[in-house]
Amino acid sequence: MKEILSQPWPWYIAGPLIGLMVPLLLFLGNKTFGISSSLKHICAACIPGNIELFNYNWKKEAWNVIFAAGIIFGGVLAGVVFENPHAVAISSNTVADLNALGIKNFNGLHPGEIFNFHSLLSLKGFILIVVGGFFVGFGTRYADGCTSGHSIMGMANLQLPSLIATCCFFAGGLLMTWVILPFVMRL
Amino acid sequence: MKFIKYFLAGTLFGIILIKAEVVSWFRIQEMFRFQSFHMYGVIMSAIVVGMISILLIKKFNAKSIEGEVIKIEPKKFSWGNVIGGIIFGLGWALTGACPGPLYALVGAGVYVMAIALLAAVLGVWVYGKFQHKLPH
Repeated sequence: MKEILSQPWPWYIAGPLIGLMVPLLLFLGNKTFGISSSLKHICAACIPGNIELFNYNWKKEAWNVIFAAGIIFGGVLAGVVFENPHAVAISSNTVADLNALGIKNFNGLHPGEIFNFHSLLSLKGFILIVVGGFFVGFGTRYADGCTSGHSIMGMANLQLPSLIATCCFFAGGLLMTWVILPFVMRL
Repeated sequence: MKFIKYFLAGTLFGIILIKAEVVSWFRIQEMFRFQSFHMYGVIMSAIVVGMISILLIKKFNAKSIEGEVIKIEPKKFSWGNVIGGIIFGLGWALTGACPGPLYALVGAGVYVMAIALLAAVLGVWVYGKFQHKLPH
């Protein structure tokens, strides 16, 4: 039983289930699927600092923070209790490319040799974890949504701004992967 | 208590994110290198299922379980979609995670992603601070 629950899911199971989050939240309480707003609510609740963007009644939007807390718990269940004991089955071409960038350990969801607390002290680790996280937060608010709010919810609702944002998410990701990351990995 | 349903929905979403492996830095790299269909399959099938759901909800004027007619606010275009979108993409390829996966990874035991999550909160705050000085 545990073996079955520990297996990763193929895209044609996982994708449609992610799509069903859209009607689930609409039916549960007329809520629009999205995650990044929770980051804004955390700012509004903890460090509003008289900034216009954070001056609103965040308690009214608290559902999104609770939803995010649920995601953490879901991560515990699927990633710790029923952890997949095998490495992520990425393509052998990707393994070769990442090997060339210096990654040797392919166990777990993230490369443990970079994504650990110790590597925060190295320039490479700091850029990948802290600068990367900062860009995700800054970018998502500037773009008014993330991969959930734009790429899934907005695209499903046929919103042109969401299609534009999604194309730009990919443009940024391609620029990083193909042009900038090779330099960062050499640091 | 009225929030417990959102916690459970989040839990379900967290489980799906991990089981789909879309939270994995390796999968994100594979996607940006066009070396597998996996991520594209996940994203595209999610959009199609979401799209059909919204079409049906609109067609039947469906109500939420609280009895309200379901309505979805349209998104407005701004240049932030472009500039912010590119910055977001740069961060997505660095961390291998967008906001949902940042939360899921902390739960899944990649604890250093809590630092990435804090950095993301700081990023949102800095955006808020300089919002009116940025082109939109």
